[in-house]
Amino acid sequence: MSADPKGVLTGTHFLDGDHAACEGALAAGCRFVAGYPITPSTEIVERFAARIPLVGGVFIQMEDELAASIAIQGAVWGGKKVLNVTSGPGLSLMMEHLGYAAMTETPSVWIDVQRGGPSTGLPTLPAQADMMQIKWGSHGDYEIIALSPNSPQECFDLTIRAFNLAEEYRCPVFVMMDEVVGHMTERVVIPPADQIEITERKWTKKKPGEFRLYGTTETDLVPEMVKAGDGYRVHVTGLTHDDRGYPSMTVPTQARLVPRLLDKIRTNASKLVDVRMDGCEGADVIVVSFGITSRVASAAIDSARAQGLKVGHLRLVICWPFPAALIQQLTATAKAFVVPELNMGQMVQEVRQAVNGTAKVVSVPHPGGTVHDPGTILDAIVEAAR
Amino acid sequence: MAKTEIRVGGLGGQGVILNASILGKAASIFEGKHATLIQAFGPEARGSACSAQVTISDEAIGYPYVKHPDVLVLMSQDAYRQFAPTLKPGGLLLYEEELVALDNQLPKDARALGIPATRFAEELGRRLVLNILMVGFFTGVTDVVSYEAVEKAVKDSVPKGTEDLNLRALKRGYDYGREQVQSAASKPAASKKK
Amino acid sequence: MSESLELHLAGEESALDNPVLPYLRQDRIPHIWCPGCGIGTSVNCFCRALTDSALDLDKLAIVSGIGCTGRTAGYLNLDSFHTTHGRAIPFATGLKLANPELNVVVYSGDGDLFAIGGNHFFHAARRNMDLLVICVNNFTYGMTGGQVAPTTPVGPTQTTMPLGNFENPFNLPFIADACGATYVARWTVYHVRQLAKAMKEGLLKKGFRFIEVMAPCPTLYSRRNRLGDGVDQVKYYKENSVIKNGIDTKDIGLGYQGEIVVGKFVDRERPTWLEAMDDHFSAVLGDRYTPYGPMREGE
Repeated sequence: MSADPKGVLTGTHFLDGDHAACEGALAAGCRFVAGYPITPSTEIVERFAARIPLVGGVFIQMEDELAASIAIQGAVWGGKKVLNVTSGPGLSLMMEHLGYAAMTETPSVWIDVQRGGPSTGLPTLPAQADMMQIKWGSHGDYEIIALSPNSPQECFDLTIRAFNLAEEYRCPVFVMMDEVVGHMTERVVIPPADQIEITERKWTKKKPGEFRLYGTTETDLVPEMVKAGDGYRVHVTGLTHDDRGYPSMTVPTQARLVPRLLDKIRTNASKLVDVRMDGCEGADVIVVSFGITSRVASAAIDSARAQGLKVGHLRLVICWPFPAALIQQLTATAKAFVVPELNMGQMVQEVRQAVNGTAKVVSVPHPGGTVHDPGTILDAIVEAAR
Repeated sequence: MAKTEIRVGGLGGQGVILNASILGKAASIFEGKHATLIQAFGPEARGSACSAQVTISDEAIGYPYVKHPDVLVLMSQDAYRQFAPTLKPGGLLLYEEELVALDNQLPKDARALGIPATRFAEELGRRLVLNILMVGFFTGVTDVVSYEAVEKAVKDSVPKGTEDLNLRALKRGYDYGREQVQSAASKPAASKKK
Repeated sequence: MSESLELHLAGEESALDNPVLPYLRQDRIPHIWCPGCGIGTSVNCFCRALTDSALDLDKLAIVSGIGCTGRTAGYLNLDSFHTTHGRAIPFATGLKLANPELNVVVYSGDGDLFAIGGNHFFHAARRNMDLLVICVNNFTYGMTGGQVAPTTPVGPTQTTMPLGNFENPFNLPFIADACGATYVARWTVYHVRQLAKAMKEGLLKKGFRFIEVMAPCPTLYSRRNRLGDGVDQVKYYKENSVIKNGIDTKDIGLGYQGEIVVGKFVDRERPTWLEAMDDHFSAVLGDRYTPYGPMREGE
């Protein structure tokens, strides 16, 4: 189905990434945000608070991030599409509710505008150091999907994509922005509503009595959904539960539930590969990057090519699930991978694991606060090409 | 020019970000070029240092930061002290001449043009339009964006009800810029007398 | 045969015509609550209130946190949500705001609502979020094995206060009153009729409504402190309760085995959060405002 025109600000705008992400959420049909202000993500909720009375929906500023990240989940079960917005310290507080969303299969979009950490760190300056936290930060085993925009236009586009994926897979879907992308202003083209494709919630057609809250089949691991108030009398719990949603704290129930929560993403990993490849075919060195660092890396790659080096660029648009199979294929020709990121070496671990010793992997870490000097990435490319 | 890198510097409250935003908007929305605006976010309050970086290009912009600007637009002595040494060799400095005093920090072959924008703003009745005067001055001196595009961007960016005042400020700055360029052209190398 | 077991068997015999049964998820019974626990009695009263209020049960949702009382959501045959520890109120806030047609009840314990979840309680009451909050106060952390709670009176022993509690407890109705609740009452599980009536009033009223239910925890509170079992606690409630409707809530804090003031303390009208939002945006934005859903009865 196409987007509800009410929420679509069709036109050409000069917007920063935060504002563009908010417009993406509105275009995607998000009509409920429970927020808590935190730099550098605050502009997203500020814009939502100003726009939603005109569109029809609710914004409420909660008392903390714990409240915000569970209020949105209540709203999902009340029938809304929702957005959760935060940055570093707030994200840390939300970890339990990340697990709750994964466990209860509550479709939700989580935007993390990454800043320097740990702790309060660098509130107004960039980092990409929450990449592992979203994957592993809540206790227990779970899977998420994460997208990484590198421009305000992509903040708009990928936020819509995130909403659609959340409905398709019923899991938390992250838009991993960073302070630079969040506060960078560029042209953002918002198309007419009828050109924006929206994935509807997977509403069941079954009647109460026939419907099982977490009923799945071997070919479809994503259960159908209902909302409170429709007569289904659902029970939702974060405890290990059976397909009725009832607590069942047994080994067999755990053994059915947890692998399914992982497999509904993992078995679709090849469908969830989204990368931008530039000159990777026949390249000696491939730079793997994401988010703002991809734009910095492109400057270094241009310089390296000017020196005559055969350098490819693989940008992760979807970071999680990580496209390990694709990276593995590239080792057939590439002899080295260079991984710049605004952290001390997170996604490079995934590259190492995929490459599995068949090619050199060079980490170009950065503690955050600004972006890399392109020269540093260039040096690493030159070194890797040797 | 295929790609122009600009830094606007001044004090919080002077409208530094709006100045940069109008230039970026004029280029990207009203001229169809690419523009990237990065603003320095920090714990800065009103009255402290503030700056913004704008890259305007015919092609898509990768690296978004401006390290060595082609054009500096400065409205405070602090900003001058901080950014004058970063100006690209042969670059252009546009400055508010009552708020910025030049010294030997400027790269040797740089061009510098001043404007009494505060005085002009006061003559127009509102000191607040200083930043729009600087936008006009930039537009008059450089060929980066057209006056028409900037005019549209100003109308699109300033608070409702203040359009007339701001457009007069834009015109005043633009005209002064054109005059400076013409007089510099008729008197080569005379622009750095201050 | 012990007294409590006899009561249990008597209950089973009359199960077929037990008026509570239709409200329960019978495939979830037996429940986890200990013999003599007061939570089940409170749930009985709640079911009575559901009958008496004649509400559409398809439009009623119940939200619990974590703990013994937190399991209530799992036993009631309603749309029911067992959330995270302390966060029932913000979950319920999202649920209510997403679908204003729902009557949303938060049913949880004292530790869940007032220790880990205290902040949410204050703010939901301040905002006059349209929720009925029922707090079963058993003065201890039951599910984790009898640790000190923010309601534990000064004196009794808890596993984390092995020499007796020396912390001052909360006076829950006073908090609810001070934060702006529209309805505040306290009853014990001895007062089943009054409690069911209060729950009915709470279900039918708008705004942030709060009912404290004093309930025994024989396993981890009363027996450990040589106060006897559940029946002994209910006797204490009977003998020491004084009904004082409308009394100033600041004067009704609970001491250790002291006087228990029960009654309806607050009953007032304030616009709910959604009503306030609707009024405000209508006034400020006029025609530009896109009204949100059915915010008022009859709309």
